[in-house]
Amino acid sequence: MKRELICIVCPMGCHCSIEEDAGAPKGYKVTGITCKRGEDYAVKEITEPTRMLTSTVRIDGARLHRLPVRTSGPIPKERIYECMDLINHLQVQSPVAMGQVLLKDLFGTGVNLIASRSL
Amino acid sequence: MNTYEIIVVGGGPAGLAAAIEAHKSGARNILVLERDRELGGILMQCIHNGFGLHIFKEELTGPEYAERFIRELESLGIEYRLDTMVLEVRDDRTVDIISAKHGFETLQAKAVVLAMGCRERTRGAINIPGTRPAGVYSAGAAQRFVNMEGFMVGKRVVVLGSGDIGLIMARRMTLEGAKVLAVAEILPYSGGLTRNIVQCLDDYDIPLYLSHTVTNIEGRDRVEGVTIAKVDENRQPIPGTEIHYECDTLLLSVGLIPENELSKSAGIQLDRVTGGPIVNESMETSVPGIFACGNVVQVHDLVDWVTEESRKAGHNAARYALGKLSELAADLATKAGQGIRYVVPHTIRVANLEKEVDLMMRVTDPFKNKYLVVRHDGAIVKKAKKAHLTPGEMESIKIPVEKLKGLTGELTVCLEEVAHEA
Repeated sequence: MKRELICIVCPMGCHCSIEEDAGAPKGYKVTGITCKRGEDYAVKEITEPTRMLTSTVRIDGARLHRLPVRTSGPIPKERIYECMDLINHLQVQSPVAMGQVLLKDLFGTGVNLIASRSL
Repeated sequence: MNTYEIIVVGGGPAGLAAAIEAHKSGARNILVLERDRELGGILMQCIHNGFGLHIFKEELTGPEYAERFIRELESLGIEYRLDTMVLEVRDDRTVDIISAKHGFETLQAKAVVLAMGCRERTRGAINIPGTRPAGVYSAGAAQRFVNMEGFMVGKRVVVLGSGDIGLIMARRMTLEGAKVLAVAEILPYSGGLTRNIVQCLDDYDIPLYLSHTVTNIEGRDRVEGVTIAKVDENRQPIPGTEIHYECDTLLLSVGLIPENELSKSAGIQLDRVTGGPIVNESMETSVPGIFACGNVVQVHDLVDWVTEESRKAGHNAARYALGKLSELAADLATKAGQGIRYVVPHTIRVANLEKEVDLMMRVTDPFKNKYLVVRHDGAIVKKAKKAHLTPGEMESIKIPVEKLKGLTGELTVCLEEVAHEA
Protein backbone atom coordinates (compact mmCIF):
# COMPACT_ATOMS: atom_id res chain seq x y z
CA MET A 1 0.00 0.00 0.00
CA LYS A 2 1.35 3.38 -1.03
CA ARG A 3 0.86 6.46 1.17
CA GLU A 4 1.52 10.15 0.58
CA LEU A 5 3.16 12.14 3.38
CA ILE A 6 4.43 15.65 3.96
CA CYS A 7 7.70 15.60 5.86
CA ILE A 8 7.81 17.89 8.91
CA VAL A 9 11.45 17.45 9.91
CA CYS A 10 12.56 20.76 8.38
CA PRO A 11 10.93 23.76 6.64
CA MET A 12 11.40 22.24 3.17
CA GLY A 13 8.16 20.28 3.63
CA CYS A 14 9.02 17.52 1.12
CA HIS A 15 6.05 15.70 -0.33
CA CYS A 16 6.94 12.04 -0.40
CA SER A 17 5.39 8.67 -0.96
CA ILE A 18 6.18 5.55 0.99
CA GLU A 19 5.44 1.91 0.25
CA GLU A 20 6.43 -1.50 1.55
CA ASP A 21 9.53 -2.92 -0.03
CA ALA A 22 10.91 -6.14 1.41
CA GLY A 23 14.26 -5.44 -0.26
CA ALA A 24 14.84 -2.08 1.49
CA PRO A 25 16.82 -2.00 4.78
CA LYS A 26 13.84 -0.86 6.83
CA GLY A 27 11.22 -2.67 4.80
CA TYR A 28 9.93 0.52 3.15
CA LYS A 29 10.79 2.48 0.06
CA VAL A 30 10.52 6.27 0.39
CA THR A 31 10.52 8.51 -2.68
CA GLY A 32 10.48 12.30 -2.98
CA ILE A 33 12.43 12.97 0.19
CA THR A 34 15.86 14.58 0.13
CA CYS A 35 17.50 13.56 3.42
CA LYS A 36 18.07 10.67 5.81
CA ARG A 37 16.20 12.33 8.68
CA GLY A 38 13.16 12.74 6.46
CA GLU A 39 13.33 9.09 5.45
CA ASP A 40 13.42 8.03 9.12
CA TYR A 41 10.45 10.29 9.84
CA ALA A 42 8.43 8.79 7.00
CA VAL A 43 9.08 5.21 8.13
CA LYS A 44 8.22 6.03 11.74
CA GLU A 45 5.11 7.97 10.68
CA ILE A 46 3.80 4.93 8.82
CA THR A 47 4.84 2.21 11.28
CA GLU A 48 4.31 3.79 14.70
CA PRO A 49 3.16 7.44 14.54
CA THR A 50 3.44 9.30 17.85
CA ARG A 51 2.46 12.77 19.09
CA MET A 52 3.03 14.98 22.09
CA LEU A 53 -0.30 15.84 23.69
CA THR A 54 -0.95 19.11 25.52
CA SER A 55 -4.18 20.13 27.22
CA THR A 56 -5.50 21.47 30.53
CA VAL A 57 -7.05 19.90 33.63
CA ARG A 58 -9.36 21.34 36.24
CA ILE A 59 -7.52 22.81 39.24
CA ASP A 60 -9.13 23.88 42.51
CA GLY A 61 -7.78 26.39 45.00
CA ALA A 62 -5.77 28.37 42.42
CA ARG A 63 -6.35 31.80 40.93
CA LEU A 64 -7.00 30.14 37.53
CA HIS A 65 -9.43 27.30 36.82
CA ARG A 66 -7.25 25.40 34.38
CA LEU A 67 -3.79 23.90 34.82
CA PRO A 68 -1.87 23.31 31.57
CA VAL A 69 -0.53 19.75 31.24
CA ARG A 70 1.50 17.76 28.72
CA THR A 71 2.71 14.26 28.11
CA SER A 72 6.34 13.87 29.20
CA GLY A 73 7.09 12.35 25.79
CA PRO A 74 5.30 11.32 22.60
CA ILE A 75 2.43 8.85 22.87
CA PRO A 76 0.95 6.63 20.13
CA LYS A 77 -1.21 8.76 17.86
CA GLU A 78 -4.19 6.41 18.12
CA ARG A 79 -4.25 6.90 21.92
CA ILE A 80 -4.80 10.67 21.77
CA TYR A 81 -8.56 10.62 22.34
CA GLU A 82 -8.25 7.99 25.09
CA CYS A 83 -5.67 10.21 26.75
CA MET A 84 -7.97 13.26 26.41
CA ASP A 85 -10.64 11.23 28.19
CA LEU A 86 -8.28 10.63 31.14
CA ILE A 87 -7.35 14.32 31.16
CA ASN A 88 -10.99 15.39 31.11
CA HIS A 89 -11.75 13.33 34.23
CA LEU A 90 -8.71 14.53 36.15
CA GLN A 91 -9.04 17.13 38.86
CA VAL A 92 -6.13 18.46 40.91
CA GLN A 93 -5.69 20.63 43.98
CA SER A 94 -3.41 23.67 44.11
CA PRO A 95 -0.46 23.98 44.73
CA VAL A 96 1.06 22.08 41.82
CA ALA A 97 4.68 22.47 40.70
CA MET A 98 5.87 22.58 37.10
CA GLY A 99 6.92 19.08 36.05
CA GLN A 100 4.86 17.37 38.77
CA VAL A 101 3.58 13.96 37.64
CA LEU A 102 -0.22 13.88 37.56
CA LEU A 103 -0.77 10.50 35.87
CA LYS A 104 1.89 7.79 35.72
CA ASP A 105 2.79 5.49 32.86
CA LEU A 106 0.03 6.28 30.35
CA PHE A 107 -1.13 3.09 28.57
CA GLY A 108 2.02 1.27 29.65
CA THR A 109 4.18 3.53 27.48
CA GLY A 110 6.31 4.81 30.37
CA VAL A 111 5.15 8.33 29.45
CA ASN A 112 3.66 10.43 32.27
CA LEU A 113 1.20 13.29 32.28
CA ILE A 114 2.92 16.30 33.88
CA ALA A 115 1.97 19.84 34.91
CA SER A 116 3.44 22.41 32.53
CA ARG A 117 3.39 25.29 35.02
CA SER A 118 3.36 25.93 38.75
CA LEU A 119 -0.01 27.05 40.02
CA MET B 1 10.41 60.74 41.98
CA ASN B 2 11.56 57.10 42.04
CA THR B 3 14.53 56.54 39.76
CA TYR B 4 15.75 53.34 38.14
CA GLU B 5 18.68 52.44 35.95
CA ILE B 6 16.40 50.51 33.62
CA ILE B 7 12.61 50.34 33.31
CA VAL B 8 11.20 47.52 31.16
CA VAL B 9 7.64 48.00 29.87
CA GLY B 10 6.03 44.55 29.60
CA GLY B 11 6.70 41.28 31.46
CA GLY B 12 6.27 38.82 28.57
CA PRO B 13 9.10 36.87 26.96
CA ALA B 14 10.72 40.05 25.56
CA GLY B 15 10.62 42.02 28.81
CA LEU B 16 11.82 39.07 30.91
CA ALA B 17 14.82 38.38 28.66
CA ALA B 18 15.72 42.08 28.40
CA ALA B 19 15.62 42.60 32.19
CA ILE B 20 17.67 39.47 32.92
CA GLU B 21 20.29 40.34 30.31
CA ALA B 22 20.51 43.96 31.52
CA HIS B 23 21.26 42.60 34.99
CA LYS B 24 23.91 40.22 33.61
CA SER B 25 25.47 43.18 31.79
CA GLY B 26 25.97 45.10 35.01
CA ALA B 27 22.78 47.16 35.46
CA ARG B 28 21.31 46.78 38.94
CA ASN B 29 18.33 48.99 39.69
CA ILE B 30 15.90 47.39 37.20
CA LEU B 31 12.09 47.48 37.23
CA VAL B 32 9.72 45.39 35.06
CA LEU B 33 6.16 46.76 34.65
CA GLU B 34 3.37 44.30 33.75
CA ARG B 35 -0.31 45.14 33.32
CA ASP B 36 -1.52 41.53 33.75
CA ARG B 37 -1.89 39.67 37.06
CA GLU B 38 1.22 37.56 36.39
CA LEU B 39 4.45 37.60 34.37
CA GLY B 40 4.87 35.53 31.21
CA GLY B 41 2.66 37.39 28.75
CA ILE B 42 1.01 35.49 25.92
CA LEU B 43 3.15 32.39 26.61
CA MET B 44 0.89 31.54 29.55
CA GLN B 45 -2.00 30.70 27.22
CA CYS B 46 0.15 28.95 24.59
CA ILE B 47 -0.03 25.54 26.23
CA HIS B 48 1.12 23.64 23.13
CA ASN B 49 4.69 22.43 22.76
CA GLY B 50 7.35 23.62 20.34
CA PHE B 51 8.94 26.47 22.29
CA GLY B 52 12.62 26.64 23.19
CA LEU B 53 14.22 24.37 20.58
CA HIS B 54 16.92 26.97 19.88
CA ILE B 55 17.39 28.54 23.34
CA PHE B 56 17.07 25.42 25.53
CA LYS B 57 17.60 22.68 22.91
CA GLU B 58 14.41 21.01 24.10
CA GLU B 59 10.76 21.28 23.28
CA LEU B 60 8.74 23.12 25.93
CA THR B 61 5.21 24.47 26.24
CA GLY B 62 4.67 28.23 26.51
CA PRO B 63 4.14 28.26 30.30
CA GLU B 64 7.27 26.14 30.83
CA TYR B 65 9.35 28.47 28.66
CA ALA B 66 8.05 31.49 30.60
CA GLU B 67 8.52 29.89 34.01
CA ARG B 68 12.24 29.31 33.38
CA PHE B 69 12.70 33.03 32.75
CA ILE B 70 10.45 34.08 35.63
CA ARG B 71 12.49 31.91 38.01
CA GLU B 72 15.73 33.41 36.75
CA LEU B 73 14.35 36.95 37.09
CA GLU B 74 13.29 36.25 40.67
CA SER B 75 16.57 34.53 41.56
CA LEU B 76 18.44 37.64 40.40
CA GLY B 77 16.24 39.76 42.65
CA ILE B 78 14.95 41.93 39.80
CA GLU B 79 11.98 44.06 40.91
CA TYR B 80 8.68 43.76 39.05
CA ARG B 81 5.19 45.16 39.47
CA LEU B 82 2.01 43.39 38.36
CA ASP B 83 -1.44 44.90 37.66
CA THR B 84 0.38 48.07 36.69
CA MET B 85 -0.46 50.01 33.55
CA VAL B 86 2.02 52.28 31.85
CA LEU B 87 0.15 55.40 30.70
CA GLU B 88 2.93 57.31 29.03
CA VAL B 89 6.63 57.12 28.23
CA ARG B 90 8.34 60.44 27.44
CA ASP B 91 11.53 61.17 25.52
CA ASP B 92 13.23 62.28 28.76
CA ARG B 93 12.72 58.65 29.96
CA THR B 94 10.11 59.50 32.55
CA VAL B 95 7.33 56.94 32.77
CA ASP B 96 3.78 57.51 34.08
CA ILE B 97 2.20 54.42 35.63
CA ILE B 98 -1.03 53.64 37.45
CA SER B 99 -2.13 50.74 39.65
CA ALA B 100 -4.87 50.04 42.19
CA LYS B 101 -2.21 49.50 44.84
CA HIS B 102 -0.06 52.61 44.41
CA GLY B 103 -2.23 54.98 42.38
CA PHE B 104 -0.55 57.32 39.91
CA GLU B 105 3.24 57.61 39.90
CA THR B 106 5.92 59.07 37.67
CA LEU B 107 9.21 57.17 37.49
CA GLN B 108 12.55 58.20 35.98
CA ALA B 109 14.88 55.77 34.19
CA LYS B 110 18.35 56.09 32.67
CA ALA B 111 17.22 53.68 29.95
CA VAL B 112 13.80 52.32 29.00
CA VAL B 113 13.13 49.02 27.20
CA LEU B 114 9.80 48.82 25.36
CA ALA B 115 8.51 45.22 25.29
CA MET B 116 4.74 45.61 24.91
CA GLY B 117 4.31 42.88 22.30
CA CYS B 118 1.52 42.90 19.75
CA ARG B 119 -2.22 42.50 19.50
CA GLU B 120 -4.50 40.62 17.15
CA ARG B 121 -6.24 42.09 14.14
CA THR B 122 -9.98 42.02 14.60
CA ARG B 123 -13.05 41.55 12.42
CA GLY B 124 -13.32 45.34 12.11
CA ALA B 125 -9.81 45.57 10.69
CA ILE B 126 -10.62 43.25 7.77
CA ASN B 127 -14.24 44.31 7.13
CA ILE B 128 -16.08 40.97 7.02
CA PRO B 129 -19.68 41.50 5.84
CA GLY B 130 -22.71 40.17 7.70
CA THR B 131 -24.49 40.58 11.01
CA ARG B 132 -22.68 41.19 14.28
CA PRO B 133 -23.62 38.28 16.55
CA ALA B 134 -21.73 36.80 19.51
CA GLY B 135 -19.41 33.95 18.59
CA VAL B 136 -16.82 35.81 16.51
CA TYR B 137 -13.51 35.62 18.39
CA SER B 138 -9.93 36.38 17.61
CA ALA B 139 -8.04 33.08 17.91
CA GLY B 140 -5.93 34.37 20.80
CA ALA B 141 -8.99 35.49 22.78
CA ALA B 142 -10.53 32.03 22.31
CA GLN B 143 -7.20 30.49 23.35
CA ARG B 144 -7.23 32.46 26.59
CA PHE B 145 -10.85 31.47 27.33
CA VAL B 146 -10.23 27.77 26.70
CA ASN B 147 -6.72 27.34 28.12
CA MET B 148 -6.73 29.69 31.12
CA GLU B 149 -10.26 30.67 32.10
CA GLY B 150 -11.83 27.29 31.39
CA PHE B 151 -14.65 28.36 29.06
CA MET B 152 -15.39 26.52 25.83
CA VAL B 153 -16.19 29.11 23.15
CA GLY B 154 -18.24 27.02 20.70
CA LYS B 155 -19.24 23.64 19.29
CA ARG B 156 -19.13 24.04 15.51
CA VAL B 157 -16.28 26.21 14.35
CA VAL B 158 -14.93 27.83 11.19
CA VAL B 159 -11.43 29.35 11.31
CA LEU B 160 -10.36 32.22 9.06
CA GLY B 161 -6.61 32.51 8.63
CA SER B 162 -4.03 29.72 8.57
CA GLY B 163 -1.30 31.35 10.64
CA ASP B 164 0.06 29.22 13.45
CA ILE B 165 -2.41 30.49 16.07
CA GLY B 166 -5.36 29.56 13.82
CA LEU B 167 -3.95 26.09 13.19
CA ILE B 168 -3.13 25.47 16.86
CA MET B 169 -6.63 26.57 17.88
CA ALA B 170 -8.25 24.32 15.24
CA ARG B 171 -6.58 21.32 16.93
CA ARG B 172 -7.26 22.59 20.43
CA MET B 173 -10.99 23.08 19.79
CA THR B 174 -11.17 19.60 18.21
CA LEU B 175 -9.48 17.95 21.22
CA GLU B 176 -11.94 19.72 23.50
CA GLY B 177 -14.88 18.23 21.62
CA ALA B 178 -15.79 20.89 19.06
CA LYS B 179 -16.20 20.16 15.36
CA VAL B 180 -13.88 22.35 13.28
CA LEU B 181 -15.51 22.46 9.86
CA ALA B 182 -12.89 24.33 7.84
CA VAL B 183 -9.90 26.62 7.89
CA ALA B 184 -10.04 29.30 5.17
CA GLU B 185 -6.92 31.17 4.03
CA ILE B 186 -7.11 34.12 1.64
CA LEU B 187 -3.55 33.62 0.35
CA PRO B 188 -2.61 30.77 -2.00
CA TYR B 189 -0.26 29.42 0.68
CA SER B 190 -0.43 29.00 4.44
CA GLY B 191 1.49 31.32 6.72
CA GLY B 192 1.77 28.51 9.27
CA LEU B 193 4.56 25.98 9.74
CA THR B 194 4.26 22.75 7.72
CA ARG B 195 4.45 20.85 10.96
CA ASN B 196 1.32 22.62 12.19
CA ILE B 197 -0.56 21.93 8.95
CA VAL B 198 0.24 18.23 9.36
CA GLN B 199 -0.23 17.87 13.13
CA CYS B 200 -3.13 20.29 13.66
CA LEU B 201 -5.20 19.88 10.48
CA ASP B 202 -4.28 16.65 8.64
CA ASP B 203 -4.23 14.60 11.87
CA TYR B 204 -7.83 15.61 12.57
CA ASP B 205 -9.11 15.64 8.96
CA ILE B 206 -9.78 19.39 9.08
CA PRO B 207 -9.95 20.78 5.52
CA LEU B 208 -7.78 23.78 4.59
CA TYR B 209 -9.18 25.99 1.81
CA LEU B 210 -6.41 28.13 0.30
CA SER B 211 -7.40 31.27 -1.67
CA HIS B 212 -10.69 31.38 0.26
CA THR B 213 -12.15 33.97 2.60
CA VAL B 214 -15.28 34.55 4.67
CA THR B 215 -17.88 36.47 2.67
CA ASN B 216 -20.77 36.46 5.12
CA ILE B 217 -21.59 35.94 8.79
CA GLU B 218 -25.21 35.10 9.71
CA GLY B 219 -27.07 35.09 13.02
CA ARG B 220 -28.83 37.65 15.16
CA ASP B 221 -27.71 36.95 18.73
CA ARG B 222 -25.25 34.12 18.10
CA VAL B 223 -23.42 33.07 14.93
CA GLU B 224 -25.67 30.68 12.99
CA GLY B 225 -23.71 30.30 9.79
CA VAL B 226 -20.65 31.40 7.87
CA THR B 227 -20.11 31.52 4.12
CA ILE B 228 -16.68 31.20 2.55
CA ALA B 229 -15.81 31.69 -1.13
CA LYS B 230 -12.79 31.27 -3.38
CA VAL B 231 -10.97 34.49 -4.27
CA ASP B 232 -9.27 35.50 -7.52
CA GLU B 233 -5.71 36.81 -7.82
CA ASN B 234 -6.92 40.24 -6.65
CA ARG B 235 -8.41 38.60 -3.55
CA GLN B 236 -11.96 39.30 -4.78
CA PRO B 237 -14.59 36.59 -4.09
CA ILE B 238 -15.57 34.55 -7.16
CA PRO B 239 -19.38 34.22 -7.47
CA GLY B 240 -20.62 30.63 -7.52
CA THR B 241 -17.77 29.26 -5.37
CA GLU B 242 -19.52 29.83 -2.02
CA ILE B 243 -19.55 27.12 0.64
CA HIS B 244 -21.99 27.58 3.52
CA TYR B 245 -21.40 26.18 7.01
CA GLU B 246 -23.90 25.96 9.83
CA CYS B 247 -21.81 26.87 12.84
CA ASP B 248 -21.86 28.83 16.09
CA THR B 249 -18.31 30.17 16.11
CA LEU B 250 -15.86 31.94 13.81
CA LEU B 251 -12.25 32.22 14.93
CA LEU B 252 -10.07 34.88 13.32
CA SER B 253 -6.34 34.37 12.94
CA VAL B 254 -5.70 37.21 10.54
CA GLY B 255 -2.51 38.83 11.69
CA LEU B 256 -0.78 40.58 14.55
CA ILE B 257 0.01 44.26 14.94
CA PRO B 258 2.81 45.61 17.17
CA GLU B 259 1.31 47.59 20.05
CA ASN B 260 2.98 50.99 19.80
CA GLU B 261 0.72 53.59 21.42
CA LEU B 262 3.37 54.24 24.09
CA SER B 263 6.13 54.48 21.48
CA LYS B 264 4.12 57.12 19.60
CA SER B 265 3.56 59.15 22.76
CA ALA B 266 7.34 59.19 23.28
CA GLY B 267 7.81 60.56 19.75
CA ILE B 268 9.52 57.39 18.49
CA GLN B 269 9.70 56.95 14.73
CA LEU B 270 7.87 53.86 13.45
CA ASP B 271 8.52 51.72 10.36
CA ARG B 272 5.37 51.60 8.22
CA VAL B 273 6.09 48.03 7.07
CA THR B 274 6.80 46.37 10.44
CA GLY B 275 4.49 48.65 12.42
CA GLY B 276 7.25 48.83 15.05
CA PRO B 277 9.94 51.35 16.02
CA ILE B 278 12.87 52.07 13.76
CA VAL B 279 15.87 50.65 15.64
CA ASN B 280 19.64 50.67 15.36
CA GLU B 281 22.18 47.87 15.88
CA SER B 282 21.66 48.10 19.66
CA MET B 283 17.84 47.85 19.40
CA GLU B 284 17.69 51.53 20.41
CA THR B 285 14.81 53.55 18.93
CA SER B 286 15.01 57.04 17.39
CA VAL B 287 14.80 58.44 20.95
CA PRO B 288 18.18 58.04 22.71
CA GLY B 289 18.02 55.73 25.72
CA ILE B 290 14.72 54.11 24.72
CA PHE B 291 15.18 50.57 23.43
CA ALA B 292 12.63 48.13 22.00
CA CYS B 293 12.49 44.37 21.45
CA GLY B 294 10.24 41.44 20.65
CA ASN B 295 6.87 41.65 18.91
CA VAL B 296 6.59 45.40 19.52
CA VAL B 297 9.42 45.80 16.96
CA GLN B 298 8.49 43.08 14.48
CA VAL B 299 6.09 40.16 14.79
CA HIS B 300 8.20 37.04 15.30
CA ASP B 301 7.21 33.47 14.52
CA LEU B 302 9.42 31.85 17.19
CA VAL B 303 9.73 32.98 20.80
CA ASP B 304 13.36 31.86 20.73
CA TRP B 305 14.15 34.77 18.38
CA VAL B 306 12.21 37.14 20.64
CA THR B 307 14.47 36.06 23.48
CA GLU B 308 17.60 36.52 21.40
CA GLU B 309 16.57 39.98 20.19
CA SER B 310 15.51 41.04 23.70
CA ARG B 311 18.80 39.92 25.25
CA LYS B 312 20.47 42.24 22.79
CA ALA B 313 18.16 45.13 23.78
CA GLY B 314 18.66 44.48 27.51
CA HIS B 315 22.42 44.21 27.14
CA ASN B 316 22.62 47.49 25.23
CA ALA B 317 20.20 49.29 27.56
CA ALA B 318 22.63 48.38 30.36
CA ARG B 319 25.57 49.67 28.29
CA TYR B 320 23.66 52.92 27.71
CA ALA B 321 22.76 53.32 31.39
CA LEU B 322 26.42 52.71 32.31
CA GLY B 323 27.63 55.22 29.69
CA LYS B 324 29.28 52.59 27.48
CA LEU B 325 27.26 53.07 24.29
CA SER B 326 28.47 55.49 21.65
CA GLU B 327 25.90 58.06 20.56
CA LEU B 328 27.54 58.88 17.25
CA ALA B 329 25.45 59.17 14.09
CA ALA B 330 24.73 55.95 12.20
CA ASP B 331 27.30 54.79 9.63
CA LEU B 332 24.96 52.54 7.68
CA ALA B 333 21.27 52.27 6.84
CA THR B 334 19.79 48.90 5.84
CA LYS B 335 17.49 48.64 2.85
CA ALA B 336 15.09 45.91 1.73
CA GLY B 337 15.85 45.06 -1.90
CA GLN B 338 14.34 42.58 -4.37
CA GLY B 339 12.24 39.91 -2.63
CA ILE B 340 12.69 41.34 0.87
CA ARG B 341 9.82 43.02 2.72
CA TYR B 342 11.76 44.64 5.55
CA VAL B 343 15.07 44.53 7.41
CA VAL B 344 15.66 45.04 11.16
CA PRO B 345 17.75 46.83 12.43
CA HIS B 346 17.29 49.90 10.26
CA THR B 347 20.60 51.64 11.02
CA ILE B 348 24.05 50.53 12.18
CA ARG B 349 26.68 52.38 14.21
CA VAL B 350 29.65 50.12 13.55
CA ALA B 351 31.54 51.35 16.65
CA ASN B 352 28.86 49.83 18.90
CA LEU B 353 29.08 46.33 17.42
CA GLU B 354 30.86 43.92 19.73
CA LYS B 355 31.22 41.00 17.35
CA GLU B 356 28.65 41.06 14.58
CA VAL B 357 25.32 42.47 13.47
CA ASP B 358 22.37 40.13 13.03
CA LEU B 359 20.09 41.37 10.23
CA MET B 360 16.56 39.99 10.54
CA MET B 361 14.09 40.08 7.67
CA ARG B 362 11.06 38.61 5.97
CA VAL B 363 10.69 37.74 2.29
CA THR B 364 7.80 39.03 0.16
CA ASP B 365 6.68 35.66 -1.26
CA PRO B 366 7.60 31.97 -1.04
CA PHE B 367 10.85 31.21 -2.95
CA LYS B 368 13.05 28.18 -3.56
CA ASN B 369 16.84 28.07 -4.11
CA LYS B 370 17.90 31.70 -3.83
CA TYR B 371 20.88 33.54 -2.51
CA LEU B 372 20.22 35.91 0.35
CA VAL B 373 22.74 38.64 -0.45
CA VAL B 374 23.90 41.72 1.46
CA ARG B 375 25.48 44.32 -0.82
CA HIS B 376 27.26 47.62 -0.22
CA ASP B 377 27.84 49.83 -3.27
CA GLY B 378 27.23 46.78 -5.45
CA ALA B 379 29.87 44.67 -3.70
CA ILE B 380 28.85 41.52 -1.87
CA VAL B 381 29.35 41.83 1.90
CA LYS B 382 27.77 38.50 2.77
CA LYS B 383 25.70 35.88 1.03
CA ALA B 384 23.95 32.68 2.06
CA LYS B 385 22.18 30.06 -0.02
CA LYS B 386 18.60 29.35 1.01
CA ALA B 387 16.82 26.25 -0.26
CA HIS B 388 13.46 27.39 1.00
CA LEU B 389 12.10 30.84 1.89
CA THR B 390 8.59 31.76 3.00
CA PRO B 391 7.04 34.98 4.39
CA GLY B 392 5.91 33.01 7.45
CA GLU B 393 9.47 32.29 8.54
CA MET B 394 11.84 35.06 9.56
CA GLU B 395 15.30 34.92 8.00
CA SER B 396 18.49 36.27 9.46
CA ILE B 397 22.05 36.79 8.35
CA LYS B 398 25.00 37.61 10.59
CA ILE B 399 27.73 39.98 9.42
CA PRO B 400 30.97 40.09 11.40
CA VAL B 401 32.06 43.58 12.46
CA GLU B 402 35.33 43.35 10.46
CA LYS B 403 33.35 43.30 7.21
CA LEU B 404 31.58 46.55 8.09
CA LYS B 405 34.47 48.67 9.37
CA GLY B 406 34.91 51.82 7.30
CA LEU B 407 31.65 51.37 5.35
CA THR B 408 29.07 54.17 5.16
CA GLY B 409 25.84 54.61 3.23
CA GLU B 410 23.39 51.85 2.37
CA LEU B 411 23.48 48.14 3.05
CA THR B 412 20.99 46.41 0.76
CA VAL B 413 19.60 42.93 1.40
CA CYS B 414 18.07 41.15 -1.59
CA LEU B 415 17.33 37.76 -3.09
CA GLU B 416 19.30 36.75 -6.15
CA GLU B 417 19.17 33.82 -8.56
CA VAL B 418 21.62 31.05 -7.82
CA ALA B 419 22.39 30.82 -11.56
CA HIS B 420 23.68 34.41 -11.56
CA GLU B 421 26.65 33.47 -9.44
CA ALA B 422 29.87 34.45 -11.17
